[in-house]
Amino acid sequence: MPTDKINWFQFAAPQRFYPLAGRLTPWFTVAGVLLAAYGLYLGLWVAPTDATQGQAYRIIFVHVPTAWMSMVIYVAMAGWAGVGLVFNSRLSSMMACALAPTGALMTVLALWTGALWGKPTWGAWWVWDARLTSELVLLFLYIGFMSLHASIDDVRRADRAAGLLALIGVVNVPIIYFSVKWWNTLHQGASVSFKGTSMATPMLIAMLVMALAFWAYCIAVVLKRVRVIILERERHTAWARAEMGVM
Amino acid sequence: MWNSASDFLAMGGYGLYVWGSMGACLLVCIMEPVTLNLKRRALLSEAREQGAPDTGQFES
Repeated sequence: MPTDKINWFQFAAPQRFYPLAGRLTPWFTVAGVLLAAYGLYLGLWVAPTDATQGQAYRIIFVHVPTAWMSMVIYVAMAGWAGVGLVFNSRLSSMMACALAPTGALMTVLALWTGALWGKPTWGAWWVWDARLTSELVLLFLYIGFMSLHASIDDVRRADRAAGLLALIGVVNVPIIYFSVKWWNTLHQGASVSFKGTSMATPMLIAMLVMALAFWAYCIAVVLKRVRVIILERERHTAWARAEMGVM
Repeated sequence: MWNSASDFLAMGGYGLYVWGSMGACLLVCIMEPVTLNLKRRALLSEAREQGAPDTGQFES
Protein backbone atom coordinates (compact mmCIF):
# COMPACT_ATOMS: atom_id res chain seq x y z
CA MET A 1 0.00 0.00 0.00
CA PRO A 2 1.34 3.41 -0.86
CA THR A 3 1.74 5.49 2.25
CA ASP A 4 2.40 8.88 0.66
CA LYS A 5 -1.02 10.45 0.27
CA ILE A 6 -1.67 13.49 -1.87
CA ASN A 7 -2.40 16.54 0.25
CA TRP A 8 -5.35 17.96 -1.66
CA PHE A 9 -5.36 21.15 0.40
CA GLN A 10 -2.15 22.20 -1.32
CA PHE A 11 -4.34 22.95 -4.37
CA ALA A 12 -6.10 25.65 -2.34
CA ALA A 13 -3.06 27.79 -3.12
CA PRO A 14 -3.57 29.58 -6.47
CA GLN A 15 0.06 28.90 -7.32
CA ARG A 16 -0.51 25.13 -6.98
CA PHE A 17 -3.94 25.09 -8.60
CA TYR A 18 -2.81 27.03 -11.67
CA PRO A 19 -0.76 24.19 -13.26
CA LEU A 20 -3.33 21.57 -12.21
CA ALA A 21 -6.11 23.51 -13.97
CA GLY A 22 -3.87 23.81 -17.01
CA ARG A 23 -3.38 20.04 -17.14
CA LEU A 24 -7.10 19.28 -16.68
CA THR A 25 -8.49 21.73 -19.27
CA PRO A 26 -7.54 19.79 -22.45
CA TRP A 27 -9.12 16.59 -21.11
CA PHE A 28 -12.43 18.28 -20.42
CA THR A 29 -12.28 20.06 -23.79
CA VAL A 30 -11.79 16.79 -25.68
CA ALA A 31 -14.50 15.09 -23.61
CA GLY A 32 -16.88 17.98 -24.34
CA VAL A 33 -16.28 17.87 -28.10
CA LEU A 34 -16.65 14.08 -28.33
CA LEU A 35 -19.76 14.00 -26.14
CA ALA A 36 -21.35 16.88 -28.11
CA ALA A 37 -20.64 15.12 -31.42
CA TYR A 38 -22.16 11.87 -30.14
CA GLY A 39 -25.07 13.63 -28.45
CA LEU A 40 -25.94 15.62 -31.59
CA TYR A 41 -25.71 12.46 -33.68
CA LEU A 42 -28.15 10.74 -31.32
CA GLY A 43 -30.37 13.81 -31.04
CA LEU A 44 -30.56 14.70 -34.72
CA TRP A 45 -30.37 11.29 -36.42
CA VAL A 46 -31.29 8.53 -34.00
CA ALA A 47 -34.01 10.08 -31.81
CA PRO A 48 -37.45 9.80 -33.45
CA THR A 49 -39.82 12.64 -34.28
CA ASP A 50 -41.99 13.75 -31.36
CA ALA A 51 -45.66 12.79 -31.74
CA THR A 52 -47.03 16.17 -30.65
CA GLN A 53 -44.25 18.69 -31.30
CA GLY A 54 -42.76 17.33 -34.54
CA GLN A 55 -39.12 18.27 -35.06
CA ALA A 56 -39.30 21.41 -32.90
CA TYR A 57 -38.79 19.29 -29.79
CA ARG A 58 -35.13 18.72 -30.83
CA ILE A 59 -34.37 22.06 -29.20
CA ILE A 60 -34.58 20.06 -25.95
CA PHE A 61 -31.09 18.66 -26.60
CA VAL A 62 -29.55 22.07 -25.96
CA HIS A 63 -32.31 23.76 -23.96
CA VAL A 64 -32.42 21.37 -21.01
CA PRO A 65 -28.62 21.00 -20.63
CA THR A 66 -28.06 24.78 -20.70
CA ALA A 67 -30.91 25.33 -18.23
CA TRP A 68 -29.48 22.66 -15.91
CA MET A 69 -26.02 24.17 -16.14
CA SER A 70 -27.36 27.66 -15.43
CA MET A 71 -28.65 26.38 -12.08
CA VAL A 72 -25.78 24.01 -11.26
CA ILE A 73 -23.20 26.73 -11.93
CA TYR A 74 -25.09 29.17 -9.73
CA VAL A 75 -25.06 26.70 -6.83
CA ALA A 76 -21.34 26.03 -7.41
CA MET A 77 -20.64 29.75 -7.57
CA ALA A 78 -22.55 30.43 -4.34
CA GLY A 79 -20.78 27.45 -2.72
CA TRP A 80 -17.31 28.72 -3.62
CA ALA A 81 -18.30 32.25 -2.61
CA GLY A 82 -19.47 30.86 0.76
CA VAL A 83 -16.23 28.96 1.29
CA GLY A 84 -14.36 32.13 0.39
CA LEU A 85 -16.36 34.14 2.94
CA VAL A 86 -15.90 31.61 5.76
CA PHE A 87 -12.26 30.63 5.25
CA ASN A 88 -11.09 33.80 3.53
CA SER A 89 -9.42 31.61 0.92
CA ARG A 90 -8.44 33.48 -2.20
CA LEU A 91 -8.83 30.62 -4.67
CA SER A 92 -12.46 29.99 -3.62
CA SER A 93 -13.43 33.55 -4.50
CA MET A 94 -11.51 33.30 -7.76
CA MET A 95 -13.51 30.15 -8.58
CA ALA A 96 -16.76 32.02 -7.90
CA CYS A 97 -15.62 34.81 -10.24
CA ALA A 98 -14.62 32.27 -12.90
CA LEU A 99 -18.02 30.55 -12.77
CA ALA A 100 -20.19 33.67 -13.06
CA PRO A 101 -19.73 34.56 -16.77
CA THR A 102 -20.19 30.95 -17.89
CA GLY A 103 -23.28 30.65 -15.72
CA ALA A 104 -24.66 33.86 -17.19
CA LEU A 105 -24.01 32.60 -20.73
CA MET A 106 -25.77 29.31 -19.95
CA THR A 107 -28.73 31.29 -18.62
CA VAL A 108 -28.82 33.40 -21.79
CA LEU A 109 -28.72 30.22 -23.90
CA ALA A 110 -31.48 28.61 -21.84
CA LEU A 111 -33.65 31.71 -22.30
CA TRP A 112 -32.77 32.05 -25.99
CA THR A 113 -33.42 28.40 -26.87
CA GLY A 114 -36.55 28.57 -24.71
CA ALA A 115 -37.83 31.52 -26.72
CA LEU A 116 -37.13 29.67 -29.96
CA TRP A 117 -39.00 26.70 -28.59
CA GLY A 118 -41.85 28.74 -27.16
CA LYS A 119 -42.68 30.52 -30.41
CA PRO A 120 -43.64 27.41 -32.44
CA THR A 121 -45.19 25.48 -29.53
CA TRP A 122 -46.93 28.19 -27.46
CA GLY A 123 -47.15 30.90 -30.10
CA ALA A 124 -45.12 33.36 -28.01
CA TRP A 125 -41.40 34.10 -27.66
CA TRP A 126 -41.89 35.07 -24.04
CA VAL A 127 -44.53 34.81 -21.32
CA TRP A 128 -44.32 36.02 -17.73
CA ASP A 129 -44.67 32.54 -16.38
CA ALA A 130 -43.04 31.47 -13.09
CA ARG A 131 -40.39 29.27 -14.72
CA LEU A 132 -39.32 31.87 -17.28
CA THR A 133 -39.44 34.77 -14.86
CA SER A 134 -37.36 33.01 -12.20
CA GLU A 135 -34.80 32.03 -14.86
CA LEU A 136 -34.63 35.69 -15.91
CA VAL A 137 -34.08 36.62 -12.26
CA LEU A 138 -31.16 34.14 -12.30
CA LEU A 139 -29.61 36.06 -15.19
CA PHE A 140 -29.97 39.31 -13.23
CA LEU A 141 -28.32 37.66 -10.22
CA TYR A 142 -25.33 36.65 -12.34
CA ILE A 143 -25.11 40.14 -13.83
CA GLY A 144 -25.47 41.65 -10.35
CA PHE A 145 -22.66 39.46 -9.01
CA MET A 146 -20.32 40.43 -11.84
CA SER A 147 -21.09 44.15 -11.78
CA LEU A 148 -20.89 44.38 -7.99
CA HIS A 149 -17.52 42.64 -8.09
CA ALA A 150 -16.29 44.91 -10.86
CA SER A 151 -17.47 48.06 -9.10
CA ILE A 152 -15.28 47.59 -6.00
CA ASP A 153 -11.60 48.35 -6.49
CA ASP A 154 -10.26 46.39 -3.52
CA VAL A 155 -10.51 42.84 -4.84
CA ARG A 156 -10.84 41.19 -1.41
CA ARG A 157 -13.71 43.51 -0.46
CA ALA A 158 -15.26 42.84 -3.87
CA ASP A 159 -15.04 39.09 -3.18
CA ARG A 160 -16.88 39.50 0.11
CA ALA A 161 -19.63 41.81 -1.17
CA ALA A 162 -20.30 39.80 -4.33
CA GLY A 163 -20.03 36.56 -2.36
CA LEU A 164 -22.76 37.69 -0.01
CA LEU A 165 -24.98 38.56 -2.98
CA ALA A 166 -24.33 35.12 -4.50
CA LEU A 167 -25.32 33.41 -1.24
CA ILE A 168 -28.53 35.39 -0.86
CA GLY A 169 -29.49 34.75 -4.48
CA VAL A 170 -29.21 30.98 -4.11
CA VAL A 171 -32.82 30.87 -2.83
CA ASN A 172 -33.85 31.53 -6.43
CA VAL A 173 -32.52 28.15 -7.64
CA PRO A 174 -35.12 25.93 -5.90
CA ILE A 175 -37.75 28.46 -7.00
CA ILE A 176 -36.74 27.87 -10.63
CA TYR A 177 -36.60 24.13 -10.18
CA PHE A 178 -39.96 23.72 -8.44
CA SER A 179 -41.75 26.59 -10.23
CA VAL A 180 -43.49 24.18 -12.60
CA LYS A 181 -44.93 22.33 -9.60
CA TRP A 182 -45.74 25.24 -7.30
CA TRP A 183 -47.45 27.39 -9.89
CA ASN A 184 -49.67 26.66 -12.84
CA THR A 185 -47.14 27.42 -15.55
CA LEU A 186 -47.28 27.37 -19.32
CA HIS A 187 -43.84 25.76 -19.20
CA GLN A 188 -44.16 22.00 -19.21
CA GLY A 189 -43.26 20.02 -16.11
CA ALA A 190 -40.10 17.98 -15.74
CA SER A 191 -39.81 15.02 -18.11
CA VAL A 192 -36.91 13.68 -16.09
CA SER A 193 -36.89 13.51 -12.30
CA PHE A 194 -35.32 11.40 -9.61
CA LYS A 195 -38.40 9.17 -9.73
CA GLY A 196 -38.09 8.30 -13.41
CA THR A 197 -38.78 9.65 -16.84
CA SER A 198 -41.63 10.10 -19.28
CA MET A 199 -39.33 10.34 -22.33
CA ALA A 200 -38.62 7.80 -25.05
CA THR A 201 -35.27 6.10 -24.43
CA PRO A 202 -33.28 7.43 -27.46
CA MET A 203 -34.43 10.99 -26.68
CA LEU A 204 -33.49 10.60 -23.04
CA ILE A 205 -30.04 9.18 -23.82
CA ALA A 206 -29.34 11.94 -26.36
CA MET A 207 -30.35 14.57 -23.82
CA LEU A 208 -28.20 13.06 -21.07
CA VAL A 209 -25.18 12.83 -23.40
CA MET A 210 -25.67 16.48 -24.32
CA ALA A 211 -25.93 17.34 -20.61
CA LEU A 212 -22.58 15.61 -20.02
CA ALA A 213 -21.12 17.52 -22.99
CA PHE A 214 -22.18 20.83 -21.44
CA TRP A 215 -20.79 19.73 -18.07
CA ALA A 216 -17.42 19.02 -19.69
CA TYR A 217 -17.50 22.28 -21.64
CA CYS A 218 -18.34 24.34 -18.58
CA ILE A 219 -15.62 22.70 -16.47
CA ALA A 220 -13.05 23.26 -19.23
CA VAL A 221 -13.94 26.90 -19.81
CA VAL A 222 -14.19 27.73 -16.10
CA LEU A 223 -10.75 26.20 -15.49
CA LYS A 224 -9.47 28.26 -18.39
CA ARG A 225 -10.97 31.42 -16.90
CA VAL A 226 -9.74 30.73 -13.38
CA ARG A 227 -6.20 30.51 -14.77
CA VAL A 228 -6.58 33.95 -16.34
CA ILE A 229 -8.00 35.31 -13.06
CA ILE A 230 -5.16 33.76 -11.03
CA LEU A 231 -2.54 35.28 -13.33
CA GLU A 232 -4.29 38.64 -13.28
CA ARG A 233 -4.52 38.79 -9.49
CA GLU A 234 -1.08 37.32 -8.77
CA ARG A 235 0.77 39.10 -11.56
CA HIS A 236 3.00 40.94 -9.09
CA THR A 237 4.19 37.77 -7.37
CA ALA A 238 7.43 36.06 -8.27
CA TRP A 239 5.87 32.78 -9.42
CA ALA A 240 3.31 34.47 -11.68
CA ARG A 241 5.98 36.66 -13.22
CA ALA A 242 8.10 33.58 -13.87
CA GLU A 243 5.05 31.87 -15.35
CA MET A 244 4.48 34.80 -17.70
CA GLY A 245 8.14 34.74 -18.72
CA VAL A 246 8.86 38.21 -17.33
CA MET A 247 11.65 37.40 -14.89
CA MET B 1 -36.23 9.96 -40.96
CA TRP B 2 -34.29 12.37 -43.21
CA ASN B 3 -34.54 11.76 -46.95
CA SER B 4 -32.18 14.52 -48.08
CA ALA B 5 -29.91 17.26 -46.81
CA SER B 6 -32.57 19.91 -47.40
CA ASP B 7 -35.06 17.75 -45.54
CA PHE B 8 -32.63 17.67 -42.62
CA LEU B 9 -32.07 21.43 -42.72
CA ALA B 10 -35.80 22.13 -42.91
CA MET B 11 -36.42 20.19 -39.66
CA GLY B 12 -40.05 19.64 -40.61
CA GLY B 13 -40.62 23.38 -40.97
CA TYR B 14 -38.95 24.22 -37.65
CA GLY B 15 -35.48 24.75 -39.13
CA LEU B 16 -35.22 28.37 -38.02
CA TYR B 17 -36.02 27.47 -34.41
CA VAL B 18 -33.93 24.30 -34.16
CA TRP B 19 -30.86 25.70 -35.96
CA GLY B 20 -31.26 29.05 -34.25
CA SER B 21 -30.93 27.23 -30.94
CA MET B 22 -28.07 24.94 -31.94
CA GLY B 23 -26.24 27.81 -33.67
CA ALA B 24 -26.43 30.08 -30.64
CA CYS B 25 -24.96 27.35 -28.44
CA LEU B 26 -22.18 26.67 -30.94
CA LEU B 27 -21.41 30.38 -31.17
CA VAL B 28 -21.13 30.75 -27.38
CA CYS B 29 -19.00 27.60 -27.03
CA ILE B 30 -16.55 28.99 -29.61
CA MET B 31 -16.56 32.66 -28.60
CA GLU B 32 -16.15 32.10 -24.85
CA PRO B 33 -12.79 30.24 -25.04
CA VAL B 34 -11.59 32.54 -27.85
CA THR B 35 -12.31 35.61 -25.70
CA LEU B 36 -10.42 34.02 -22.81
CA ASN B 37 -7.42 33.32 -25.05
CA LEU B 38 -7.38 36.98 -26.14
CA LYS B 39 -7.62 38.15 -22.53
CA ARG B 40 -4.77 35.85 -21.52
CA ARG B 41 -2.63 37.08 -24.41
CA ALA B 42 -3.30 40.71 -23.48
CA LEU B 43 -2.34 39.97 -19.88
CA LEU B 44 0.94 38.33 -20.95
CA SER B 45 1.95 41.09 -23.35
CA GLU B 46 1.12 43.73 -20.75
CA ALA B 47 3.35 41.96 -18.24
CA ARG B 48 6.18 41.68 -20.75
CA GLU B 49 5.92 45.36 -21.72
CA GLN B 50 6.35 46.33 -18.11
CA GLY B 51 9.41 44.11 -18.10
CA ALA B 52 11.27 43.47 -14.88
CA PRO B 53 11.00 46.73 -12.94
CA ASP B 54 12.42 45.13 -9.78
CA THR B 55 15.94 45.02 -11.19
CA GLY B 56 16.24 48.27 -13.11
CA GLN B 57 14.31 50.61 -10.89
CA PHE B 58 17.12 52.31 -9.04
CA GLU B 59 19.76 52.28 -11.77
CA SER B 60 20.66 55.62 -13.30
